[in-house]
Amino acid sequence: MQLYKQIFILLNKEWLLEWRQRNTLNGLLLYVACAVFICYLGIGMKLEKISPGIWNALFWIIILFASVNAVSKSFLLERKGLSIYMYTLVRPQAVILSKIIYNALLMLIIALVALIFYSLVLGIPVQNKSAFILTMVLGAVAISSVFTMIAAIAAKAENSFTLMAVLGIPVVIPLFLLVLRLSKNAIDGLSYSVSVQDFAMLIALNAIYVALSVILFPFIGVNH
Amino acid sequence: MNAKDKFIQNYSWKILSFLCVVIAYTVGLVMKVPNDAKLNETIRNLYYHVPMWFGMTILLIVSLVYAIKYLSKPTAENDFYSSGFATTGVVYGILGIITGMFWGAYAWGTPWEMKDPKMIGVSIGMILYLAYFVLRGGIADTQQRARISAVYNVFAFPSFIALIYIMPRLAGFSLHPGKEGNPGLNPKDADAQMRIVFYISTVGVTLLGVWITLLQIRIKKILFNLENQQHNI
Repeated sequence: MQLYKQIFILLNKEWLLEWRQRNTLNGLLLYVACAVFICYLGIGMKLEKISPGIWNALFWIIILFASVNAVSKSFLLERKGLSIYMYTLVRPQAVILSKIIYNALLMLIIALVALIFYSLVLGIPVQNKSAFILTMVLGAVAISSVFTMIAAIAAKAENSFTLMAVLGIPVVIPLFLLVLRLSKNAIDGLSYSVSVQDFAMLIALNAIYVALSVILFPFIGVNH
Repeated sequence: MNAKDKFIQNYSWKILSFLCVVIAYTVGLVMKVPNDAKLNETIRNLYYHVPMWFGMTILLIVSLVYAIKYLSKPTAENDFYSSGFATTGVVYGILGIITGMFWGAYAWGTPWEMKDPKMIGVSIGMILYLAYFVLRGGIADTQQRARISAVYNVFAFPSFIALIYIMPRLAGFSLHPGKEGNPGLNPKDADAQMRIVFYISTVGVTLLGVWITLLQIRIKKILFNLENQQHNI
């Protein structure tokens, strides 16, 4: 069976599992909503108007931690027997690519919901809106794809949930800093020409991580 | 191979390392340095602080190479090399931070200036490798530990390079010397004599790191063999 067909079937499986037990998705959305309200209670209520810098940083911190929570379940909750059975049916590359794509889509939904909540509660000081949306899309995809591979690594160790954050956050920081700067540029209303280099770098780094995931995942998944 | 060749192969670079470190560290304290109003005598820290970073980068790259080697040919030896070089690399990084703090205390008036992109980058880079050791500690099975940690070593390396070498360049400002936060050393900045001592120090410190690592690996190998013997009995 071809790779893209396998990926498609696995994506379908992920979506079915998610849809049958909606509590995880609902839980994530509530998590984001809670985080937004805590930010408002902690900072927004005290100040008349929060500065764009703080707005930006808080938004991305919410996304980062939501993504740790969302992605961590993709390998940690899988039973050992099931994964062994799966590797006899499909190629490991298909497994990791389908997880990356699925988590990226999941993070896009969560980021969008977070942005809606966040702008309702704390306002939206963004001037270049299209650049901000583009940054949000690229950033959510990049962060979730790095965390997918980290989740696969952490799933093999003891107390994986803690390890997930410990291993993932230092790895994701270069991407995170780029995203923060890009979205700050968008908030300040700078045109695309200013941040085109950073966009290129974000995409390039993301491509490196996806390629490394595809190359390295077979070593994790299969015991040889 | 006769005994003489073996002696040269085993000991020549160790002697070179010893001589280089001794020469650079004593000459560095004694030799006259150019009079600079800002740095004054603290410029001597060039011989102690900067070689640590060169040493760290080289040791961590060697660790990466052995991690890749482990993935293509999983032997216990490759794992010892990979983790051993990572350990020494982290120790060098911490030594680099400490020597830098001494320099900063006198040159900038503060040992830790958080705005500096290089300091942010290197502190996160160290966390990255400490997480590598936490990961190793979290896996009981030795083969699984070696394989998973090799995968993490390879996966984390682009981030490490981005933190140490790319982010400071993009940040465009730094308290460190070099054009616009450029992490490389600009040879034109340093005095010719100082540069020679600096290169000697770099060679010596790097080789010393390799030596320390090889000793550590030998201990690990002996322990590993002892354990295997006990199992066989």
